[in-house]
Amino acid sequence: MAEENVVSLHGTWASPFSKCVELALKTKGIPFEFVEEDLRNKSPSLLKYNPVHKKVPVLVHNGKPIAESLVILEYIDETWKTGPKLLLEDPYKRAQVRFWAGYLQQHLFVTMSLVCKSDGEVQEKAIKELFEKLKTFEEGIKDLFPDGAPSIDCSNNLGLLDIVLCSQFGPHKVQEEVLGITTIDPEKNPLLFTWLKSLNELPLVKELTPPHEKLVAVLHFFRNYALKSSAA
Amino acid sequence: MADEVVLLDFWPSPFGMRLRIALAEKGVKYEYKDEDLRNKSPLLLQSNPVHKKIPVLIHNGKPVCESVIALQYIDEVWTNKPLLPSDPYLRSQARFWADFVDKKIYDIGRKTWTTKGDEQEAAKKEFIDCIKLLEVELGDKPFFGGETLGFVDVTLVPFYSWFSVYEKYGNFSIAPECPKFMAWVKRCMEKESVSKSLPDQDKVCGFVAEMRKKLGVE
Repeated sequence: MAEENVVSLHGTWASPFSKCVELALKTKGIPFEFVEEDLRNKSPSLLKYNPVHKKVPVLVHNGKPIAESLVILEYIDETWKTGPKLLLEDPYKRAQVRFWAGYLQQHLFVTMSLVCKSDGEVQEKAIKELFEKLKTFEEGIKDLFPDGAPSIDCSNNLGLLDIVLCSQFGPHKVQEEVLGITTIDPEKNPLLFTWLKSLNELPLVKELTPPHEKLVAVLHFFRNYALKSSAA
Repeated sequence: MADEVVLLDFWPSPFGMRLRIALAEKGVKYEYKDEDLRNKSPLLLQSNPVHKKIPVLIHNGKPVCESVIALQYIDEVWTNKPLLPSDPYLRSQARFWADFVDKKIYDIGRKTWTTKGDEQEAAKKEFIDCIKLLEVELGDKPFFGGETLGFVDVTLVPFYSWFSVYEKYGNFSIAPECPKFMAWVKRCMEKESVSKSLPDQDKVCGFVAEMRKKLGVE
C-alpha cells in the first residue's frame, strides 16, 4: 500500500535552524522539496503555515505544517520509524540531549549572534561570555560520552545533538574568518573541536554545507548590516 | 526497586507547579524540597550547575532540569495517564504550543507587572492577544489535551496563580477579555492534581508585595 508522503521544508539556506531540519531529513533518507524563503518578503504560504511566529523552518507533511526546529526534529523521528533514530530510547539520555540541544539553540546561539552583530566593548563582553558557555557545554557533554567518542548515537549516524551542534557550529571556520577570533579552539575545547571536525567530514554534512565563500559573504553582510543599524 | 523522586522547587514558581501537577496526575510519590533562592542548597547547585535554577526533578539520584524537558521525562518514565497524545502530528502541535507558552506567557506576563508606561501598556495588550490565541487553539475542546489534561494544559495553567499579580500591578482585568480561557481554568482547577499544586492567588500576591517592599519598589 503506497502512502502519500509529500514533504516540503520552508527555510533559508543560511539559517542554522533550517539546516537542522535538512540534516534530519537527509539522515532519515526522506525525500523533500526545499522552498527557499525570502525573509524580507515572506511568502503567503509561509504566513499560512506559521501564522504564530512567521518564521522558518516550517516542515509541511501531507499539507500539515509543523514549526520550531526541535519540535520538527522530534516529529521526524517519531513519524519515520525506519532508518536511523535521532533520539535514543532511554528517557534520561533523551532528557540530557534535549537539554543540551536547547542550550545550543538558545544560549549559545544568542551569544554567538551578539558576537557577530557587535564590536568594541559589547563584542568583547560577548566573546568572553561565548567562551564561558562553550566551556560549560564542553564540561556538560563529557557525561554523555563515557568513552570520549564524539557521537552519542551507537552507530555512525547523526543523532539529534550531532545535528543541532553541526548546524550551529559546523561553519565555525567561517565565523573565525569574518570575526578574526578562534571560536572553537582545540586547546580550550578539545572535545568540541574533534566532534565538529568529524561531523564536517561526513559526506551528508559536506553535501548540505554551502560553499565557504558564500557563507563568509553572508556573514559579512549580516555583520555590516547589524553594525550600521546599531550605529544609526 | 523503589523509585526515589525528589523535586527541588520554589512554591510560587509556575515552572515548578507544572511538575507538581504531572507527578500528581500520575500518582508518583516524591519528596518536595522548597529552595531559598537567595541561599541555594548544595543539592540544587550540584543538580543544576549550568543554570542553578528550579525546578529540578531528581529521579534515583539523576537530575533532570528545565520544566518542559522534565515533563517529557515524567511522561516517558511513568506511562499511565499520558500527557502527550500518541499521534506524532498531535504531539508536535502540543510541543509547539508548550514552546509558545514558554516563549511568551512568562516573559510578557512578567512585563505586565514589572514595567511602567508605554512598555507596560504594550505588554498588557500582547498578553491578552496571546491568551486569545490560546483560546482559538483550545477551540471547543474541554482541555488542550482533549477530554483530559494534556501537555499544554499542564504547562499553561500554573500561570493562573499569577493572574492577580498581573492584574493588580498592571491595572487590568483578564477575565472579561478571555471568558473561554477562564472557563478552561475552572475546569482545570476542578482536578485535584491542579488545585493542590497551585498556590492561592492571594498568597502569590502577598509574596510579590513583600518582595517589592524589600526591593524598595513603588
